[in-house]
Amino acid sequence: MKRREFVKQTAASTALVSLGGLGLSSFSGKTKKITILHTNDVHSHIDPFGPEEGRNANKGGVARRAAVIEKIRQENSNTLLLDAGDIFQGTPYFNFYGGELEFKLMSMLKYDVATIGNHDFDNGIEGLLAQLPHAKFKFVSANYDFTKTVMDTFLKPYEILIKDGIKIGIFGLGIQLEGLVLKELYKETKYLNPIEVAQDMSRILKKEEKCDLVICLSHLGYDYKNEPNQVGDLSLAKATEDIDLIIGGHTHTFLKKPTIVKNRKDKNVLVNQVGCYGLYLGRIDFYFDSQKNKTSSGHTIIV
Amino acid sequence: MKKRIDILFSLFIFLMLLSSCKKEKHLVKIEGTRIEINESISGNSDIESFIKPYRENVRKNLDSVLAYAPETYSKRDGKLNTAIGNLMADIVLEQANPIFRSRTENTINMVLLNYGGIRASIPKGNVTARTAYQIMPFENSIVVVEMKGNHIKKLIEYLQKSQQAHPISGLKLTVDANFDIAKALINNKEIKDEETYFVATNDYLYDGGSEMYFFKQGGKSYTLNYKIRNAMIDYFKKVDTIAPIVDDRFTQIN
Repeated sequence: MKRREFVKQTAASTALVSLGGLGLSSFSGKTKKITILHTNDVHSHIDPFGPEEGRNANKGGVARRAAVIEKIRQENSNTLLLDAGDIFQGTPYFNFYGGELEFKLMSMLKYDVATIGNHDFDNGIEGLLAQLPHAKFKFVSANYDFTKTVMDTFLKPYEILIKDGIKIGIFGLGIQLEGLVLKELYKETKYLNPIEVAQDMSRILKKEEKCDLVICLSHLGYDYKNEPNQVGDLSLAKATEDIDLIIGGHTHTFLKKPTIVKNRKDKNVLVNQVGCYGLYLGRIDFYFDSQKNKTSSGHTIIV
Repeated sequence: MKKRIDILFSLFIFLMLLSSCKKEKHLVKIEGTRIEINESISGNSDIESFIKPYRENVRKNLDSVLAYAPETYSKRDGKLNTAIGNLMADIVLEQANPIFRSRTENTINMVLLNYGGIRASIPKGNVTARTAYQIMPFENSIVVVEMKGNHIKKLIEYLQKSQQAHPISGLKLTVDANFDIAKALINNKEIKDEETYFVATNDYLYDGGSEMYFFKQGGKSYTLNYKIRNAMIDYFKKVDTIAPIVDDRFTQIN
């Protein structure tokens, strides 16, 4: 009890942040580090923006992103690269090549897992399927039921990856397509309630598969303050449990830092999104201590 | 000199878990950063050279000159109708009609697109396929809807309500200071309730996009499988100089 109070007090003090560098040595036992890199809503932005393009001027570019990712991988081989959808549509590269170049480049950058955004249906579900052979990474989607479409059996609801003995479960969630995408494009794709599906997924991944880390790749959008019935990442985080990180997209929200949300079990969930067009790369490092004999007391967040 | 990696944020979460003897690994710290991809980063050369042939092919296709624009045309240059919007709607009418006629022996009477769908201006100078891609980056195709005059009234009510320069062609609207209709004509004739009109739009709007629900309440629809953008490119190839103007197709009298 005493210890808990101590931790709480420390949490209240911002001084600890500036003291900063509590290095790995602060933790007893061998620490493992998993680096999660992520993008969303890249929208076929392959070349950097030109010098005349307003606030995006001279930013972005796949070749640069590749260089940054390569360097991070050299520092930590236990790195995952994820995308939260809307890979397609936004530059003539998509109009000319239908997403082929986007998928080939993401494969060269060694993306691990992505989910599907509404614009990824822009050349129809057949158009997406036709490009899948160019993707050497996996797609996850848990709340689109593709059973009655050509996509059936091509996508899994989740993937489990193991890095340095750490088991990472990743599932995907997509936005309601009706009213957003032409029916003739998404055809018989069925949209399922993302909160119900997320509860199911996180239970499977945390409880049954015993993942150490559960990540949701979401194309639901960050937050819908004025539309309480529309599920966004913040409301998803609050209504569920056992999700550690939600990597979002759709609303092109530029977060300077991840948002911390309390889930329904009062535990912390991180929600992040890095705007759009490949202007930023998100990075979240998870440190695990493999020591078994640990005493405890709630968590402390220092921002 | 900008920092190579712009770390805007660093977050630490220390977790000390309640369970004392489980075999799980304990999450002890989370750190979040955002890396800006900017000009201080030199690109990976393998990726660069992989993109190059694609880029060159796209550029070759996009930048060949198709027509000439004597002025810059922006969707902000008129209140209820704009030169660029008029051009787009007129192009749809002109380019879609031969196809529609050959398939149905009917003629498109009017066009309605949406103001929000004009995504860029036409800059003064050479008009290329890139211009068409910038104005119309979406893949929307032309749809023709059979509508009775009384349904056209819903369409007109929409225009009265939104008070925006949604591109129209074939329709002539005059409203008074209160946006009540002073005159509404299709092909310079009064609109008759029971008469059938053929209205061209795009599939997004036909599907209720921009709250244009009246299209679905109309009759039969015909999908032309002709993209708005391709109609523009085909038109630019046909003409030497474009010369759209703000005219009297949608005006307000006081």
